[in-house]
Amino acid sequence: MEVSMTVNGTSYTHDVEPRTLLVTHLRENLRLTGTHVGCDTSSCGACTIIVDGETVKSCTLLAVQCEGAEIKTIEGMAENGKLHPIQESFREKHGLQCGFCTPGMILSSWQLLERNPNPSEDEIRHSLEGNFCRCTGYQNIVTAVQDAATKV
Amino acid sequence: MIPESFDYQRAGSVREALALLKQHGDEAKILAGGHSLVPTMKLRLATPGTLIDIGGISELKYINDKGDYLAIGAGTTHWMVESSSLVQQKAPALSQAAAQIGDVQVRNRGTIGGVLAHSDPQADYPGVVLALNATIIAEGSGGERTIEAADYFTGLWETALGDNEILTEVRIPTDSANANSCYLKFPQPASRYPYVGCAVAMDKSGGNCSDVRVGFSGVAESAFRDDGVEDAIRGQALNDDTIAAASAKSAEGRSVLSDYFVSEEYRRAMAQVYAKRALTQLS
Repeated sequence: MEVSMTVNGTSYTHDVEPRTLLVTHLRENLRLTGTHVGCDTSSCGACTIIVDGETVKSCTLLAVQCEGAEIKTIEGMAENGKLHPIQESFREKHGLQCGFCTPGMILSSWQLLERNPNPSEDEIRHSLEGNFCRCTGYQNIVTAVQDAATKV
Repeated sequence: MIPESFDYQRAGSVREALALLKQHGDEAKILAGGHSLVPTMKLRLATPGTLIDIGGISELKYINDKGDYLAIGAGTTHWMVESSSLVQQKAPALSQAAAQIGDVQVRNRGTIGGVLAHSDPQADYPGVVLALNATIIAEGSGGERTIEAADYFTGLWETALGDNEILTEVRIPTDSANANSCYLKFPQPASRYPYVGCAVAMDKSGGNCSDVRVGFSGVAESAFRDDGVEDAIRGQALNDDTIAAASAKSAEGRSVLSDYFVSEEYRRAMAQVYAKRALTQLS
């Protein structure tokens, strides 16, 4: 079945099986491998991306559900070779250890700051509850989001 | 994990979805947000031959004040419910429940109609719509039908929806009890599903409870109104003693779920604790 979507500003049309998960489509057909597969059960948030302005777990969506959608993945955050301020904060505050959860963390942080530009520490922790860092490096992630809130 | 193969149909309207449902019969499942159905299909616990996707029907996404009731479209996401000032004001229990479902990403996608049609015993909303005395609107080829929440949940993953019907709207009365309502939850720490979810809507006059509705999610095979607690507190003065006595009736005489994490005894005790907290909060 044919499915068209715009990903990071580029239009793509592919013929996919209806059972193709969105994350599989992004990684294997579009070769955008910044979106990770962690738990594959909508728990860990490593596959978080932005669909039509809202974060979703792309392991729990079918590619065909995103016909006509406007999608942003971690690869689309930097513009003109310049990191997004949230990425910059994660780099400066060392909001990562192994880095596996980082793309999802950054996109979830984007959603938080978009809805609540001035979050408290509690609000940051609560809004990232759908993203797991198995290195347990949460403290620096929270610091990075606090730092990003002053920039975006 | 990849679902078994299926045929995918995108419906542009409720009418179109109903026609597709009639055409494909038992083989078909309705897909809304997909946050219960897709995981179930990935585990191959569900293997529908056809998916009819109603997720793109924008006419199903709304929250409207109709005076006597709030009309919430079946395709309204948990985030829309959570962030609606109308719901916060007229039915706080519903917005509190929405805000505690899953996580941000799940709430961006999951829908109120999907939850109620799926009727998972561990879902948050069912006990809330019971306590809020909601009405469910179902559309079939013969037109629209209204189902009282009290008649809607018929068992484990079972509802009063007909095979060829689609849940299109939830109506929440804008009465004074619903304006004084809350939802408290004892969540499974990883999945966030409620071991116990307790919704209470209460009318007060003076220091007395003049009317009350109590609904439980997560406690039994399907959500239920707890008339034992309601009868014990209705007409009583609201104080620690009456609230303790009423909440001790929680799930009395009912078969309560038991699992690896929470035994029947513990779940029953927690139902009492959460009922007590909810009644206290509204007093």
